[in-house]
Amino acid sequence: MNPIYASRRRNDIIIRTLCVGAALFGVTWLALILFTLFYNGLSGINLAVFTQDTPPPGSTEGGLRNAIIGSIIMTVIGVGIGAPLGLFAGTYLAEYGKHDRLTSVIRFINDILLSAPSIIIGLFIYGAIVVPMGGFSAFAGCLALAVIVIPVVVRTTEDMLGLVPNPLREAASALGLPRSLVIRRIAYRAARSGLITGVLLATARVAGETAPLLFTALSNQFFSLNLTKTMANLPVTINNFVQSPYVHWKQLAWSGALLITLTVLALNIGARLLGAERTSK
Amino acid sequence: MTDLSVSVSSASGPVPQPALPEAAPKVTARGLNFYYGEHHALKNINLTLGTNRVTAFIGPSGCGKSTLLRIFNRMYDLYPGQRATGQLMLDQTNILDPKLDLNLLRARVGMVFQKPTPFPMTIYENIAFGIRLYEKISKSEMDGRVEKALRGGALWNEVKDKLNASGLSLSGGQQQRLCIARTVAVRPEVILFDEPCSALDPISTAKIEELIQELAEDYTIAIVTHNMQQAARVSDKTAFMYLGELIEFDDTNKIFTSPRDRRTQDYITGRFG
Repeated sequence: MNPIYASRRRNDIIIRTLCVGAALFGVTWLALILFTLFYNGLSGINLAVFTQDTPPPGSTEGGLRNAIIGSIIMTVIGVGIGAPLGLFAGTYLAEYGKHDRLTSVIRFINDILLSAPSIIIGLFIYGAIVVPMGGFSAFAGCLALAVIVIPVVVRTTEDMLGLVPNPLREAASALGLPRSLVIRRIAYRAARSGLITGVLLATARVAGETAPLLFTALSNQFFSLNLTKTMANLPVTINNFVQSPYVHWKQLAWSGALLITLTVLALNIGARLLGAERTSK
Repeated sequence: MTDLSVSVSSASGPVPQPALPEAAPKVTARGLNFYYGEHHALKNINLTLGTNRVTAFIGPSGCGKSTLLRIFNRMYDLYPGQRATGQLMLDQTNILDPKLDLNLLRARVGMVFQKPTPFPMTIYENIAFGIRLYEKISKSEMDGRVEKALRGGALWNEVKDKLNASGLSLSGGQQQRLCIARTVAVRPEVILFDEPCSALDPISTAKIEELIQELAEDYTIAIVTHNMQQAARVSDKTAFMYLGELIEFDDTNKIFTSPRDRRTQDYITGRFG
C-alpha cells in the first residue's frame, strides 16, 4: 500500500478512536447521573408527592405540592416578564439596530449577562428588591428568574432572526410593507419555531435555578400563593432537604430532583422537535 | 435614444422584431448617480422606461444594473450609507424625494427577486397578504382577486386544488411565479425583475419569459439579466451598462445587431463579461 495513504489511514483510526472515546466519556457521566436520579428518585414518586405539602422534620408523611406549585408560579411569571423583554431587545438587535453602534455594545453586555453566575443575579435582586422591600418575597424570585431569562432570549431571538434570509425582508418591503409589519408578519413568522425554542430553553434554564431563589423567594414550609411573602420552590427545597439528617426529607429531595430533571428534559425535547420542524421546512 | 429608424438586422442575429413606436415615458432618469458610502457605483445615468415596454439591463457582474433597479423602488433605503443623487421621476412623482412615502412608492413599483421569496404562509395567503395591505375587501372578492393574480402569474392551473398548501412546498419555478402573482396582485404600474430566472431550470425560465411578455400589456417592465438571449427574447429596449455607466441604450434589435459602442459589441459577442 502507498505509504502516504497508509499513514493517513492510521491517523484517521487514531483520531476517530480519540473522538469516540471522548464522546463516550462525556455521555457516561450523564448516563450515571440520570441513572442515580431515577434509581433514588423514582421509588419516592407517589400521589402524596403531588397532593401533600412539605412535611415538618421527622415526619414520614408529606410531599412537595407547595414547592411544585411555587416553582411553576415563579417560573411562569419569571419567563412571562423576561421573555417579552428578551424578544423585543433581540428584535432591536437583529432588525432595527442592525447597523447601529449601540447594538454591538448591547450584544457585548448581553453576552456577559448570559454567562454571569446566577448567584450574582440572586445577590443583585437581594440588594435591589429584597432589602428595600424589607423581606424575602416570591415576586423578588420572579424578578431574579426574569433577569436570567432575558439574556438567553435576547441571544436566541437575535440569532433566529438573523437566520431569516434578507431577500425575504426585501421582498416584503418591495410589496410596500412598513418595517414593523415586515418584522411582525414575515420575519417572526419565518423564525417562529426558533423563537419558541429560545423561550423553551430559557424556561428549562430557570426551572432548576437554586441560587437566585435562595436570596429572593427563600422557601416556605407551607402552601402559599402570596407573591409578597416567601414561597416554596423545588430547587431550594431540594437544597434544604438534602442537607438534613431526615431520611424522608432526603427521599423527597431525590424525587424533587427527578421531577425537575424530567421537566427540563421535556422542555429540551420540545425545543428539539420544534427545531427539527424548522429545518425540515 | 429617440432613434426611430427601423434597425438593419443581420441574418445571423436574433429574430428581427419590428421597431415599436416610442412609448410614453413611465420612469425617467436624468443625471442619476448612486453611492455605496464613498464608492461611486452609478455615474450620470440618463434613460427612460417606456410605458408598457420591457426594458432589459445587461452588462458584466458589478456593472451596476441591479443597483440601478433597486433605485426605482428605493430598495436601497433599507441600508444605511447608500444614497442616490440626480433626478428620477415616476410619471410626475419624484422617486428620490426624501419625504416620499416609500410604502406607496413600492405599491406602484413592484419587484421580483433573483431567488424566489415566497412568504412562510399558504399559497392563498401569499397573494391575499399584499392585497389586504391596501384594500379591505370581502372573502369572495378576495377569492376572485387571488385567482386573478394566480392566473396572471400563470400558476392557477397548477395550484387551484392546493391553495392552502405552504408556498414553500412549490417548486422553484412555481415559487417564482407565485412571487410574480403576488406582485401583480397589488396592481403596480411598474414591475422590476432582478435576474428572475437565474435560479431556475430552462423550462421554468421559458414560462417566466413568456409571462413577462404577457405582463407588458398591462405593466411597464424592467428586467436585469445575465442572459443575453433572454434580453433579446423578452425586451423591447436594452441598456448595456459597464463599470457604473450606461454605455448604450437603444431598441433591443439594434443593440444586438448593430451596437454603436465597441464595448457593447465586445460584450454581446462574448469577448468579455
